[in-house]
Amino acid sequence: MDPDTDIGGPAHRFPATDHSAIINARSDDSRVRRRAFDTILASYWKPAYKYIRLKWRAGNEDAKDLTQGFFALCFEKNYFATYDARKASFQTFLRTCLDGFVANERKAGQRLKRGGDIDHLDFAEAEHEFAAHASTLSPEDYFHREWVRWMFTLAVDAFRQRCEESGRTVHFQLFERYDLSDDEVSYASLGKDFGLDTATVNNYLAAARRDFRRIVLEKLREITATEEEFRAEARSLLGVVRP
Amino acid sequence: MRWLSDDKLNHLRSVVSEPDFSATKYTFVKELGRGGMGVVCLAEDRELDRLIAIKILNTPDITEDLRNRMIREAQIIARLEHPGIVPVHDAATLADGRMFYAMKYVRGSRLDEYAAQGASLRDRLRKFQAVCDAVAFAHAHGVIHRDLKPQNIMIGSFGEVLVLDWGVAKLLDREDRSYSSYRTYSNSDDTMEGAVIGTRNYMSPEQARGEVDQLDERADIYSLGAVLSFLLKDQPKVSKAAHAISSKATATSKEKRYSTASELSADIGRLLDAEPVSAYRENAFERTSRWVGKNRFLVLLVLAYLLMRIFLIFTSRR
Repeated sequence: MDPDTDIGGPAHRFPATDHSAIINARSDDSRVRRRAFDTILASYWKPAYKYIRLKWRAGNEDAKDLTQGFFALCFEKNYFATYDARKASFQTFLRTCLDGFVANERKAGQRLKRGGDIDHLDFAEAEHEFAAHASTLSPEDYFHREWVRWMFTLAVDAFRQRCEESGRTVHFQLFERYDLSDDEVSYASLGKDFGLDTATVNNYLAAARRDFRRIVLEKLREITATEEEFRAEARSLLGVVRP
Repeated sequence: MRWLSDDKLNHLRSVVSEPDFSATKYTFVKELGRGGMGVVCLAEDRELDRLIAIKILNTPDITEDLRNRMIREAQIIARLEHPGIVPVHDAATLADGRMFYAMKYVRGSRLDEYAAQGASLRDRLRKFQAVCDAVAFAHAHGVIHRDLKPQNIMIGSFGEVLVLDWGVAKLLDREDRSYSSYRTYSNSDDTMEGAVIGTRNYMSPEQARGEVDQLDERADIYSLGAVLSFLLKDQPKVSKAAHAISSKATATSKEKRYSTASELSADIGRLLDAEPVSAYRENAFERTSRWVGKNRFLVLLVLAYLLMRIFLIFTSRR
């Protein structure tokens, strides 16, 4: 397994993939399909949970069951394989499927426990974030925003992991202090703290940001089906509206 | 996992989209603008100690083959030496994989800003003619711009006219057109990437249809016509001839347009000189009116002379 493309979560590891998980979801090989499903699950479960909480006004436990039920059903029926990139982005497809699923579940008035081996998700953290950060966005915009936030969160985690594995912890620490921390720090003060000159801090940070960008794009490529969709999502993800 | 606040998220998005000039001779100064095709930055060329404009294309991870092709094309476009063309100084790849073009940093107003400042119709036409001349020069060297619009035309501090953004231009008579085939357009004034390149309001129908192989100089003629139409908009006393020039340049069928930018420029020249233009057939009254307008001083002189004669005849009879 290539550690560089390993994006595991705290209680579950997601195997490496060189291709789009959306494409791999159509594979005849069940192991490839499983890897694809895990990648999609890792990328979308949290935005999906929060979306259900907001749009469907589901309670904590209800939203948790619905999220698990939805992804389990997707795995069971291999729904992701039916995605057609010509019709909509995968994100829109998934959200529409999710709405349909929740509506059906509500109609049926009962919830079937399904398999899918997805018990490892940290819903407590998701619930804490949902409760602590109220949003005024529409459910659809909220879903997108939370997906972007989740993608960057995963990218930060993957970047940290890669830096640790490659012995470049200073790069991550500089990145963490300068780009992730709420404290205002200068290159000079960072240099003093890390025993580096300012030019080296500059170079390390530039390299760290470059690597971080690469990871973000890798993650994006994993969950887009076509080049066009990848570019559109990259614009959406990286096209910054200055705060 | 760390919670990323909205501010932090925006910061990270900004960080990853900010150009990484670490492996170049440029230092990032500030962002000048952002469009569908990418971002334009002001940067300092450390070797030559001057400010330049850098356009970074919004293609997150282009292939090696595509990159080489774009650089090759940029090299040829950079050879366009004309006072009305801002050439590409440099074309390369940033450390983060994005392609960029370095251009002269032009101080002045964009054509749309220049028009909004209340420029007279005559001044607008003169500037437009200069644009046509620059485009004609490029066409003569086998280069079509493909994204002519007021936002890509600058009026410099000394009144000079400069056509910008040749970084996305296309060489004619090339067998390999796959570079062009991956671009697309938006419905705003932004240029976008994908299956067709251009900007909707200024794009020829064949360009909008994505007929990349059909594009020639007349696609630019259409865009020029659209720019002329923009300049004529809201102007009082625009002659039918001026509208006819714009209409001919923006004809849906490219066969009905001007065949060269020089022809279009010549018609604008004739319009400025109050001579008949090729795009419009005048009737006798219009011909007379135009002649009178052009020779107003002579007509006034003759009229004054005739009035004086009539006055003298009238007074001598008393």
